[in-house]
Amino acid sequence: MLSSLSEQPPIEVKGLTHAYGARMALRGVDFFVRKGEIFGLLGPNGGGKTTVFRILSTLLPPTAGSARVFGLDVVRDSAAVRRRIGVVFQSPSLDRKLTVMENLGHQGHLYGLRGKLLRQRMGEMLGRVGLLDRSRDLVEKLSGGLQRRVEIAKGLLHGPDLLLLDEPSSGLDPGARRDLWRHLQELRQKQGLTVLLTTHFMEEAERCDRLGILHRGELVALDTPSELKQGIGGDVITLETEDPVRLRDQIQERFGGEPTVLNGMVRIESRPAGTGHELSARLVQAFPGQVSAVTIGKPHLEDVFIQRTGHRFWEETGERAEA
Amino acid sequence: MKRTSLSSGFLLPVATLAVRELVRFCRQRNRIVGALGTPLVFWFLIGSGFGASFQPPSAPGGMSYLQYFFPGTLALVLLFTSIFSTISLIEDRREGFLQSVLVAPVSRTSIVLGKVLGGTILALLHGSLFLVVAPVAGISLNIVSVISLVGILSLIAFALTALGFAIAWRTDSTQGFHAIMNLVLMPLWLLSGAVFPASGASPWLRWAMTFNPLTYGVAALRWGLHPATAGSELPSLALSLGVTVLFGVLAVWAAAVIAGRTAGVLP
Repeated sequence: MLSSLSEQPPIEVKGLTHAYGARMALRGVDFFVRKGEIFGLLGPNGGGKTTVFRILSTLLPPTAGSARVFGLDVVRDSAAVRRRIGVVFQSPSLDRKLTVMENLGHQGHLYGLRGKLLRQRMGEMLGRVGLLDRSRDLVEKLSGGLQRRVEIAKGLLHGPDLLLLDEPSSGLDPGARRDLWRHLQELRQKQGLTVLLTTHFMEEAERCDRLGILHRGELVALDTPSELKQGIGGDVITLETEDPVRLRDQIQERFGGEPTVLNGMVRIESRPAGTGHELSARLVQAFPGQVSAVTIGKPHLEDVFIQRTGHRFWEETGERAEA
Repeated sequence: MKRTSLSSGFLLPVATLAVRELVRFCRQRNRIVGALGTPLVFWFLIGSGFGASFQPPSAPGGMSYLQYFFPGTLALVLLFTSIFSTISLIEDRREGFLQSVLVAPVSRTSIVLGKVLGGTILALLHGSLFLVVAPVAGISLNIVSVISLVGILSLIAFALTALGFAIAWRTDSTQGFHAIMNLVLMPLWLLSGAVFPASGASPWLRWAMTFNPLTYGVAALRWGLHPATAGSELPSLALSLGVTVLFGVLAVWAAAVIAGRTAGVLP
């Protein structure tokens, strides 16, 4: 019985729906996360990823649908769920007026850790994030990157089986971002930690084992990053021009396909892969003087996003989910 | 990972949150100026200003307004300190500390109790410090009266802090709380017999004062400070203490219920 419980997926979400008043933040999202996986939720602000994060961390009950963590319902069994998850928020959760050690001490007490065991865990975690020598410093004296490390130490202090991270890289410099990822990989390998993180950085999404793309509250894609990119199946050509709409219409007329205008440029997919050069040469010849620059590339995750939603990733100006 | 050690417990979270309040206070000691200074200035200026023009009906002769106003000022000290503590809850929410407490496996009741307990201790500290001024007002204290006053002060401090939490739990801005403070908490104090006795007030005010729980807290302080001149107009000491305890219990219950019913993210 117990063993069957422990084999429940770390996260299982079914028909997850949430409305903030009249605004739908999630519209029936389904996915599950396997044990030991680093699972990413990618999407622009307002896409719904922070809402998923809040529901999984038991801060917000869903309007409809269900979310289970190791088979436990996040609403009905919230106390049991809380014991098994570590949560690292996007906004700081440290008390800036307290030292690093004091912050971890309070955190440990909230999870029932005390005395020798607590001191041992604190030392272990601080050592792991390389902050043993700063343990007596006030948090407000630490740089943003170091504070984030303390946040992670805090979230892992009680030895959770599932770590939830909301936009872990925002506000981190590239070096700190690399450290964070090395650390996550290590925890996953050594302790079988399962990780769910939200991100709007493509480079970060690339590193996840599997990726769900959230757009306007719907999961528009779900696969490994490489499978997602291969799904595009070809090369991506981008043309710079004076009048992108006119050029798009002309290409449509003479070449067919599905050219689109994005960010003042014409974008066209060339299938199968490897045909991009040929097609771009034909395009430039067909419209002499109109094309000022040509870019040919392998599809990026951003192309996946564009293909699945018809929107450019950064154009999204919908309301931010983060209140 | 040893999961057996993670029994959530009740007292450990309460204690750790209370201790945090005290440590934070020690790191921002200028808070003490606001919480003690303002009432002290109020007491001295209003007390001296009314001076001889005020004649408490219950204590013919003898008592100056500075003396009459002293217990009321003590209540104001507690009110101010508990308001500061309550604002710390809103800051915890805004600065993010609260979110990590809310996802920890602890009951909302223990979160409320921890914060209220910390706030109560701070208010009690301020109230006791203000007692030092009593001799200036010509109020003589002995060890027995100081001990009983500290007891009364802690009951009132607990009730006021818990009331503040019940109000503040669903508030996410200090501006919003200030509005409530001026509309609810200040009238609570003004109509508690702190500033003027019920006997001289118009009937509807007298009625309001009878139903104001803080009236009984201030009355208990009068019993502790001027037992000889408390007079027959005040509610009895037993009633005053009883109502104050009930006030505290109801306030903390309300705070716990509100906290328990509110999602971790405010709408």
